[in-house]
Formats: sequence, structure tokens, C-alpha cells
Amino acid sequence: MDTVEPLKILIADDSNSDRLLLKAIVQNQGHEVVVAADGLETIEVYTREKPDIILLDALMPRMDGFEAAERIKAMSGEDFIPIIFLTSLKEADSLALCLEAGGDDFLTKPYNSVILKAKINAFNRMLKMHHTLQQQRDQIIVNNEHLIQEQEVAKRVFDKVAHAGCLHVKNINYSLSPLAVFNGDVLLAAVKPSGKIAVLLGDFTGHGLAAAIGAMPLAQTFYSMNAKGFGMKEILQEINSKLKDILPVGVFCCAGMMDLDLREKTVEVWNGGLPDCFLYRQSDLSYEVLPSCHLPLGVLSPKDFSCETQMLEMLDGDSLFMWSDGIIEATNPAGEMFGEQRLKTVFEEHRSAETLFKELEGRVNSFIGGSQRDDDLSVVEVVMVDKEEFEVENVLSNHKSYQGPMDWGMSYDVRPDTLREFNPLPVLLQILMDIPGLRSHSGEIYTVMSELYSNALDHGVLDLDSSMKSSTKGFAEYYQLRSKRLGELQEGYIRITMDYRGDDSNGLLTVTVQDSGKGFDISMQTDNDYKLDGYSGRGLPLLKSICNSVEYKGGGNEVEVKFQWSYNDSRKLA
Amino acid sequence: MSISAKTSGNGSELNISIEGRFDFSSHQEFRKAYEESGMAPNMYVVDMKEATYLDSSALGMLLLLRDHAGGDEAQVSIVNCNDDVKKILTISNFEQLFEIH
Repeated sequence: MDTVEPLKILIADDSNSDRLLLKAIVQNQGHEVVVAADGLETIEVYTREKPDIILLDALMPRMDGFEAAERIKAMSGEDFIPIIFLTSLKEADSLALCLEAGGDDFLTKPYNSVILKAKINAFNRMLKMHHTLQQQRDQIIVNNEHLIQEQEVAKRVFDKVAHAGCLHVKNINYSLSPLAVFNGDVLLAAVKPSGKIAVLLGDFTGHGLAAAIGAMPLAQTFYSMNAKGFGMKEILQEINSKLKDILPVGVFCCAGMMDLDLREKTVEVWNGGLPDCFLYRQSDLSYEVLPSCHLPLGVLSPKDFSCETQMLEMLDGDSLFMWSDGIIEATNPAGEMFGEQRLKTVFEEHRSAETLFKELEGRVNSFIGGSQRDDDLSVVEVVMVDKEEFEVENVLSNHKSYQGPMDWGMSYDVRPDTLREFNPLPVLLQILMDIPGLRSHSGEIYTVMSELYSNALDHGVLDLDSSMKSSTKGFAEYYQLRSKRLGELQEGYIRITMDYRGDDSNGLLTVTVQDSGKGFDISMQTDNDYKLDGYSGRGLPLLKSICNSVEYKGGGNEVEVKFQWSYNDSRKLA
Repeated sequence: MSISAKTSGNGSELNISIEGRFDFSSHQEFRKAYEESGMAPNMYVVDMKEATYLDSSALGMLLLLRDHAGGDEAQVSIVNCNDDVKKILTISNFEQLFEIH
């Protein structure tokens, strides 16, 4: 014997005898029965009793079964209430009418209890299925709302961490979907204390939250290390090892990074897994292709990771383009991809550097045309501009009442193993930036420190001749020779001595840098600074323009600079 | 998209063939291909002869296979790549991690 699950069944029939008979059969099968004698009463009982199934006579007084069925179906909304018409009608038309009115099935008189039982069971199964579906649908709706809410929270957090940095500056043009982080695309830009502009475009594997998680540590590392003045190689190394540590195997970040030096008119580029970057030369409207030479970030362990960068000359008006594969894979309605060739054609046909970015955007968008716009078209263009103009447009400074360390001195020796592997400037700069008065001069201080350090290293310890840099060919050779000598370095040192005295309204910083190089005869130190060995043209005049004094000492392998700041005169006292 | 795997050389080599687009939708199937081979091959070959395209999730899956096969000691080669597939592998410099033909 199969056990019957008791249901509540409404029987509506104006014939007392028929109703009683049917009630007996149904009750006998183990169900609870409620009854109605006409259409209006059927609706009343339905509303009050909420039956599971309705057995409904078609022809009844006051309101017939067809109308009652229509009303009940309308009232039940998305709940499923099976209605089985009870009918002696034989004509096909009338049977069809039952179904049109919202009936789900019909049962012809005289009643056959076996068929009735089978039908009730069948509808019970459908009821359960409907119920399950409804529950699952509701669950999906709840889950989806949850997911959207989570994404919104995640996006708000992310926007704070990866605040747009300095993407708003005039010489950066970019296109990025507002929800790009969930496509795995990240675009970051920061101005370093040295005034260099660092830009990173990253494309994480995958989509959604999985693609977004890695963006947080990436952005945080990028911004904090750039703010401290770290170089691009150190930042890449750190980002790579952080991502390698936290991301599961198979999730990584294709990325391109550049450091734009407005003063030296150079750009340092690293490309790991992004499509070829283009360096567009304004002078002859040509472009240079910078292919990916490295594995993406987060794949290799720190010891295997290569942060070898490329150093290129870049003149005012030249621009560097980086993009994710979204632009190459942008698809038109016919299913064709935009492709590399079309990208090159835009660059080859275009005749004005200023409108190139807009032209490129326009071409890609008109290519995609009616097809759904892909949201992962990430493109950035960074233009080389005049340093002074850039600084005037983007003033960065802030004063705080905290005085910081006021009277101190220190000496820091850097020896071969450190000279090879480590950049001591961020550490030293951090000490100096603890003095609020110096903080608003961070750019100048950085320039002074890095000028002194690189001069001591390149021309002192490594004995390189700066005149090599005057030709393009020599430029490359210089950097090759530099990395060779640095690699082979066995002895030598740079000694940096810093001394500071000040209060909340002014202060004096004295920095002495001594190196193990051969120096020069300081009696030659004349007004003709440009001829001094060691400095390539702009170096010494630059130091003199920032510092209150620059003086060579000893055997010419020691230089002392003084930098004075005052609250009233935000630059320096003469 | 379909992925099939067969072993050869007495189970010392597992050959995984990719057909059609190799992207995130093949994640489960690709993983099954090497996890459920029931063997411990010392050489893996991913055959791209019938593969038309791969995306960055596919690159991730290849890294997972490499990890499964022993990481830096893994012997995984990717063979019969068409130009599009080769280009994508080259951009990411995967030749440093896999033998690519």
C-alpha cells in the first residue's frame, strides 16, 4: 500500500449528490475535503481555506466554474493552484474552454476513483516541483542581491585603496570601465617625490571578485612604495612577490609599468604579459613597439622574477600607449576582432599626436558598432610634458604643526653588496620626511639626494664618464657599462652624512656625500661648473639652484650641500 | 569545446587534446583530464592542434597543470599551436615555463 500524503481539496459542485459522492471518494483516499455549492462560494472557500487542489464543476449557479477558475488563477498570482474541472460535457469545444479558463485538467462523470487518485497524485507532484522551483528562484534572487551588494562594498573599498591617484593630470589620457576592477583591469598612477610619474596598467586573469582581490595589494604596494620614492624595479619585485604569495596558482596579473622622468626626458618601461606597447614619436609620427619581455606578475618566485627594464629617450609631446588585450579582442557584430593590424593602421594613418587617443577610441568604438560594448577596453596614454608646466598645474604640498626631529645627525655607509642590490634613497628620504618642514620640499630634497647619490655611484665608485650619454648610441652603452661594472663591483663605498637643526619655522639640512672614487682637483672648481668632470651638464647647476650652497671638499670625492627652509618663505632663505 | 586525454608509454606520458576555444568554461574538464588520469606520468603534452583560441584563464589553467605536474620540475610541453595560440603564449612569455612547439 502506498501511503497518501493528505492534501486539502476543495470540491465545488452544485449537485448535492455528486458533491457528496466525490467527497466520499476523496476522503476515502485520505485527504481533507472542503466544499462549495456555486462559483461565488468557491472563491470564498478558496480564500479562507487555501486548498492545495480544486475540483471544480463547470456549470453552476451564481457564477459558473469558468469564471471562478479565471478569478482564482488571477488571485493566486505566482502560487500554483491546480484546478481540475468536473464535467459531463463531451464536446471538445467545452473541454478546451475549461483549459482556456485556467483549468489544468478535467475529469468526466461518472467518476472513476482510480483515475481521480492518479490525477491527484500527479498534481501533488507538480505542486511540490513548483514549490521547489519557487524556493530555488527566491534563493537565487537573494543570492544575487547579496552578490551585487558585496560587489558594491568591495568596489567602494577598492576605490579608496586604489583611488585614482594622479590619473586626472593633463598628460594622462585613459579609458577604463567604472567596474573595470571586476573585469580584472587596474590602472594606477602616482607622482613620486622625485617628480617622476609612475603608471601601471594591470590585467588579472578571470572575472568578478576573484579577479578583483589581487588588485588591492597591488594598488597598496604601488602607492605606498611610489610615495616613498622607491624605483620601478623595487616596486615590481615587491608586487610580484606579494601576488605570488597570496594568489592561488593560475591567477596572475599581466601588467605594464612605466616611470616617466620629466627632467631627464626618459621613460623606463617594463612589460610582462600585456600586448605590445607603442611609443609614439611626435617629431616624425612614427612609433616604436615595446613587446612583453617578461612573465606576468605573480607567476614566478622572487628569485626567478626578472624586473629588467628598458630605458628610452622620450621628448616633449611623445607619448606611450599601454592597453590590455581587450582592445585587440574587441569584437564587431560579425564576430571579427579589432586585432593588432587595425591598431597599427590607426597609428600609421594618423597625423597629429594630440588627437591620436580620441581617434583610437573612436575607431575602436565604431568598429564594435552595434555589438554589445565590451567593458574591458582599458587603454592609457602618457604624454611627455615640460616639468615646470606639470608642477605648476599639479601643486602638491601640506603643512602640519608637528615639528618632528629637530636636532640630529647621522652617517650611513653603503658598501659593494649593498650598492649592487639596494637603493638607500627611500630609507634616507623617509628619515628626512619625518620633518614636516622638509616634507613640502620632498621633490627638491629627493632630487638633491638622488643627484648626489647617483653622481657618487656612477662617476665616483663606478668611474663612468657622463659625456657618453650625449649620443643616443652612447646612452645605451652607458647603461650597459653601468650594470656591468656594478655587477662586478668588489670594493668601494659611499658615505652619506646628514645633519639637521631646526624648529617649527625654519631649519637647516647639511648633507655630505663622500665616495671611494678618485675625485678631482678641487682647485679647478671655478664658475665654469658645466665643465666639471662628473656632472652631465644639468647636474651641478640643478643642485645649485635648489641648495643654498654646494661645495667640493677633500680630494674632490666629497661634496657638501646645505638646504635651508623657512615657514614664511616656503622655498628657502638666500 | 572538448578536452580528451590519453596516456601512452605505459602511463609515463599523458596527452591532453584541446578542441575549439580554450577558456574558463573548460576549467572543470581540463582539470579532470589530468587529475583523474589515475596515473602519475612524468611527461605531459598539451595538444593544441584543434584549439582555435585561448584566453588568460586558459593560461591560468596551464599554470595549474604545471603546478600539478611538479612546478619547476614539471615537464609540460604545448604542441601544435596555431599562430594565434602561439602569439598569446608568447606575449605572456610562457616559453620560460613550458616547452612550446
